[in-house]
Amino acid sequence: MEWANQLCENRQFGSKMTDSKYFTTTKKGEIFELKAELNSDKKEKKKEAVKKVIASMTVGKDVSALFPDVVNCMQTDNLELKKLVYLYLMNYAKSQPDMAIMAVNTFVKDCEDANPLIRALAVRTMGCIRVDKITEYLCEPLRKCLKDEDPYVRKTAAVCVAKLHDINAQLVEDQGFLDTLKDLISDSNPMVVANAVAALSEIAESHPNSNLLDLNPQSINKLLTALNECTEWGQIFILDCLANYTPRDDRESQSICERVTPRLSHANSAVVLSAVKVLMKFMEMLPKDLDYYSTLLKKLAPPLVTLLSAEPELQYVALRNINLIVQKRPEILKHEMKVFFVKYNDPIYVKLEKLDIMIRLASQANIAQVLAELKEYATEVDVDFVRKAVRAIGRCAIKVEQSAERCVSTLLDLIQTKVNYVVQEAIVVIKDIFRKYPNKYESVIATLCENLDSLDEPEARAAMIWIVGEYAERIDNADELLESFLEGFHDESTQVQLQLLTAIVKLFLKKPTETQELVQQVLSLATQDSDNPDLRDRGYIYWRLLSTDPVAAKEVVLAEKPLISEETDLIEPTLLEELICHIGTLASVYHKPPSAFVEGSRGVMHKRLPARTGSGESTESPDVGTAAGGSAPEAAPSIIPSQGDLLGDLLNLDMAPPTTSGPPPPTTGMQMGGMDLLGGGLDSLMGDESEPPHVPPRMDTPRSPSPQPPSPVYTHTDYTYTDYSHTDSPPDHSPTEHSPPAELGGDIGGSPAMGAGFGAAPAVMPASLNAPVGGGLGDLFDLGGVGMPMGAYIPPKIVWLPAMKAKGLEISGTFARRAGVIQMELILTNKAMSVMTDFAIQFNRNSFGLAPAGPLQVLTPLGPNQTIEVSLPLSTVGPVMKMDPLNNLQVAVKNNIDVFYFSCQYPISMLFVEDGKMERQVFLATWKDIPNDNESQFQIKDCHLNSDAASSKLQGSNIFTIAKRTVEGQDMLYMSIKLSNGIWVLAELRVQAGNSNYTISLKCRAPEVSQCVFQCYEAVLKN
Amino acid sequence: MIGGLFIYNHKGEVLISRVYRDDIGRNAVDAFRVNVIHARQQVRSPVTNIARTSFFHVKRSNIWLAAVTKQNVNAAMVFEFLYKMCDVMTAYFGKISEENIKNNFVLIYELLDEILDFGYPQNSETGALKTFITQTGIKSQSKEEQSQITSQVTGQIGWRREGIKYRRNELFLDVLESVNLLMSPQGQVLSAHVSGRVVMKSYLSGMPECKFGMNDKIVIDKQGKGGEGATGQSIAIDDCTFHQCVRLSKFDAERSISFIPPDGECELMRYRTTKDIILPFRVIPLVREVGRTKLEVKVVIKSNFKPSLLAQKIEVRIPTPLNTSGVQVICMKGKAKYKASENAIVWKIKRMAGMKESQISAEIELLPTNDKKKWARPPISMNFEVPFAPSGLKVRYLKVFEPKLNYSDHDVIKWVRYIGRSGIYETRC
Repeated sequence: MEWANQLCENRQFGSKMTDSKYFTTTKKGEIFELKAELNSDKKEKKKEAVKKVIASMTVGKDVSALFPDVVNCMQTDNLELKKLVYLYLMNYAKSQPDMAIMAVNTFVKDCEDANPLIRALAVRTMGCIRVDKITEYLCEPLRKCLKDEDPYVRKTAAVCVAKLHDINAQLVEDQGFLDTLKDLISDSNPMVVANAVAALSEIAESHPNSNLLDLNPQSINKLLTALNECTEWGQIFILDCLANYTPRDDRESQSICERVTPRLSHANSAVVLSAVKVLMKFMEMLPKDLDYYSTLLKKLAPPLVTLLSAEPELQYVALRNINLIVQKRPEILKHEMKVFFVKYNDPIYVKLEKLDIMIRLASQANIAQVLAELKEYATEVDVDFVRKAVRAIGRCAIKVEQSAERCVSTLLDLIQTKVNYVVQEAIVVIKDIFRKYPNKYESVIATLCENLDSLDEPEARAAMIWIVGEYAERIDNADELLESFLEGFHDESTQVQLQLLTAIVKLFLKKPTETQELVQQVLSLATQDSDNPDLRDRGYIYWRLLSTDPVAAKEVVLAEKPLISEETDLIEPTLLEELICHIGTLASVYHKPPSAFVEGSRGVMHKRLPARTGSGESTESPDVGTAAGGSAPEAAPSIIPSQGDLLGDLLNLDMAPPTTSGPPPPTTGMQMGGMDLLGGGLDSLMGDESEPPHVPPRMDTPRSPSPQPPSPVYTHTDYTYTDYSHTDSPPDHSPTEHSPPAELGGDIGGSPAMGAGFGAAPAVMPASLNAPVGGGLGDLFDLGGVGMPMGAYIPPKIVWLPAMKAKGLEISGTFARRAGVIQMELILTNKAMSVMTDFAIQFNRNSFGLAPAGPLQVLTPLGPNQTIEVSLPLSTVGPVMKMDPLNNLQVAVKNNIDVFYFSCQYPISMLFVEDGKMERQVFLATWKDIPNDNESQFQIKDCHLNSDAASSKLQGSNIFTIAKRTVEGQDMLYMSIKLSNGIWVLAELRVQAGNSNYTISLKCRAPEVSQCVFQCYEAVLKN
Repeated sequence: MIGGLFIYNHKGEVLISRVYRDDIGRNAVDAFRVNVIHARQQVRSPVTNIARTSFFHVKRSNIWLAAVTKQNVNAAMVFEFLYKMCDVMTAYFGKISEENIKNNFVLIYELLDEILDFGYPQNSETGALKTFITQTGIKSQSKEEQSQITSQVTGQIGWRREGIKYRRNELFLDVLESVNLLMSPQGQVLSAHVSGRVVMKSYLSGMPECKFGMNDKIVIDKQGKGGEGATGQSIAIDDCTFHQCVRLSKFDAERSISFIPPDGECELMRYRTTKDIILPFRVIPLVREVGRTKLEVKVVIKSNFKPSLLAQKIEVRIPTPLNTSGVQVICMKGKAKYKASENAIVWKIKRMAGMKESQISAEIELLPTNDKKKWARPPISMNFEVPFAPSGLKVRYLKVFEPKLNYSDHDVIKWVRYIGRSGIYETRC
């Protein structure tokens, strides 16, 4: 309002009489004044008053009190005044629904007006008045307008159907508007067609399974015809809709492509991008040996390049999309490197995106130019940009071997500039170059060592320490250098501490004589003076290794490292395919699937590229669809859609702050290192019983069998695989923030539930127990004979979290009760391209207080296409909150990539405790005591067990038969169940010989559980 | 689709707010102000996601236009729409400024109601809009006029109304090119391209069918030797885009450009070329650091076109370090000045003929600093205007054909003009 006042002053200086004067009404009592003016007889005065009201509304003032007076002005011939009143109505109708009805009559009348502009205005505005009551009055006028003779009215009415659907979907369906809308696709006017397509697409999005947009060759043909004639916006609607169609074969695909390609020359970038989307998608179906296929590829490049001469905001959108396109089909733009060179005046967001694409396009052919450019960029002003440029040089070195030498010398030049952040960034990338090309560029180490003091960022310090440790034998004063870091050991970040520990151990193994003291010092710092479990555990393992078998230690610690890969931060293929289907949209800008940022049902539908048909070529990724479609049975897992609401509830999982854009953070090598260490090191430890005296007691507890690392690739890797990828993701790799004990060996067997489970197990496990934990447990129980009369019912595993929704992590599982311990049995499958680590799990509060009794034991990093079975013991002492359904459980699983949410339902039978057998007398008394209202009856159909078999089967699930009576050929079984939270459920099961239908009556003080208990009966008896 | 549209002044006060969807609340207005307008640092992205709401913004002078959505909208479309909206507003009331927006807020609401329905962009051609959004109240239309308006707004030729009459049929073609260059200090062309536009101003009666021809390599090669194509060189066009009046399918099939133009001015086509570009000027820089407190700069510019032609409005901008304390300049031609506020020496020459050269030398005194960071040496940039098309594009013909009215192609008076301007024309030093 401040400026409104200023304007008021301006007016006194005789500024022209314009609309801005309406913003000046700020005095008190103005409402009354306005009221008087609105009711004035003079038309002009009325109009002025309404303008003032709208101005106040814009600034956020509440002028709803004037509702009746404004609505009174609606009956007018003056179109401008009418529009103003409508504008007011749209804003306030919702707060005054009863008053809004007053306006209905005028709308209905206006819809019959002779002037098509007024008819359209009325139907357009009516749709914007989002009051339920008004909708029924809207139907008739809308029906008429949909069939109006004037195309302007029809195109407005088409959009109105979408508006109405948003308020009351059922009404739209009942009134048959959807069919009318479908008919409009065949309208003679292209704009009507376009709006109908837009409306239908939107409605279809909220009904994923409806066949609303029944796209078939005929309707596609109509759309393609309209495409040539309608406005630029209409073309976008139609192209976006076309992109959802899957042609029947390559022929049809080609003919659509042929008709879409002319759009690539449209002046509107959005039309171009939407056309590119259709082409990229349909191209999948064309055989690669087809001439047309290569022609199409050639046609795509120029329009993409042209997008870069658009305004910067559009350039940004285009570049984010080009980034995807380059990953999917690198051949399209491989010769266009130069256009991605950064211009001095580009906005920073354009510069950073261009840089990303430059690296992707770098190849032997253009590397010289690219390097020259990157060197230029490294002297720019923007810190982020400079850092990214330096990293890019490192990535070029790794990607194009021939250029490595030039890259290294460029980096050395940059180090000479002594610009602090440039030096640090350069050291981080040089470390990666060492990894990629061992024994080649170590001559530069001396230069690096000169800059030791200027390093103040953890990542750079850690990199430098790694270099010193790795090449300790070539650096004369390696021990001095490392010792200098040791002084401030406790002030360092964990990343640096871990690295320092490893580096000194390496140094010791290489030069044992001079460095004994140093290694003692670091080991005691790590194990005795540190609170960090990661660090302690790594310290203990080194200590034990060194003190038991130095030769083995050498093999483990100084093992040859696997090479790092060339391409980094590629988007995983499933996601990439989905994003290609979303070219031009926000999803392609964020590089996230729509479900990650859109609420509700919209956009949750996953799109995917069509499979190639025609020639015998196989599809590029056969597993795309199965991941999404693979879930099924009755209790289909529901993905919890809105993460926002749950955040509060879902405990303190370490969440990354929601980032606006950018791919997921890279795998963190440090943590992986920790685990590899175990994988390789544990075996040798296990067999050995002579333990050093300093190992704390908990290390002496029996160990659970540790899963072997699945492939021999990961032996001992103590440094990063991939973390040279991103500069824009904050380097918060420090393992302490997560809950690491789960992964790192120290706590194995330490959690109480696990301890209980192993009560009967031998004190020392055989070292060669390779089976995954889940299976291992089962074996144990069989061996130990803890036993049960008959196995409790365990539902089959179902997919809870499909890979599509969790960046490649698929989780399926079930629940079981074994030896009195509730287990959640999970199968984790990594369908992504990168390694997953740092798994952790949390539950939301639930009806029975279920909570993990220990951490999620995933000991090795989960490599691509690897599967691991995990069993998670659960306790029932967690926080309680009633869920609907009662047995619903909301789960959050975290890994190094993100946090994922899903919900699943557990069989309530796993909560039935072993001491659930009630005394007969107590049973009788209780049965009488519980009011009859609490009794519920159910039928179990098609069950062919006799009463005894049923009884013993139920006993396996802790449903105890207390008494049995036979009355007139009918067996009556009386049973009791006790839930983990102390609730008793009493049951009467009637079994009639020769009748496969059982009747069951359940009585319980908490009748809500009856339904769930009944489901258990059914499940147990039928399995 | 677009859920709402807000216009703010530079302080973040709302000038216009129009919400189209229920999922956008009033707090969205504040979220953008707090997180983007009032944010201290530079804008790092034109798309911002705040609490699962996406904001698209563009800035015109000190006015912010923001489109808001909670859905997975077509991002390119949203930006195109924002640009279009700026065009429409400019066409209605001139420059987009706080004052103009306040003075026309009722008009803007009316426009927003028309060009965006439930978040879906509708016809936004100014020509069509101006026929019925006039701010004068339009009760007086006849029935015929009304249906003409609606058929124009929704019709196949939404950009032109019927019944236009001129006594003199005239058209003007401007070929406007901007030539972009990035050159290394050694004179190696790192990248160069021309982005051109063909702007047409037409004052033609009826519904004229037009056909435009230029020395496009593909067309000339197709026609083969002899015939019309003997005009000399042809040029290779990398890519071109057209105004929506051009029949794209016809261009795709025959590479002919045919259309019914909007009345008045329109941008008929945009194109881009990268091959055989005539670079009108060459800049040769020489920067020498003399000790820590002095820089010597010498820059030579050479004009590289026919001596009979004159380049105009030449300006060379030589960046100077931040710690410059004084500058002495000597130049042979034009005027040169050190502008401390812009950290640059600006050298202006009014006119310069082809195949000439001129030079400037400057001594820059520096204040001693202990700033370790080296001066980034931004490139030397140049501005100019030349009366030819650096891409080599030539208009070969523009034929006009109106079947219903009796004027022929010969009766139309046609004007063609070529202007080449500098785009980003930089030489590193």
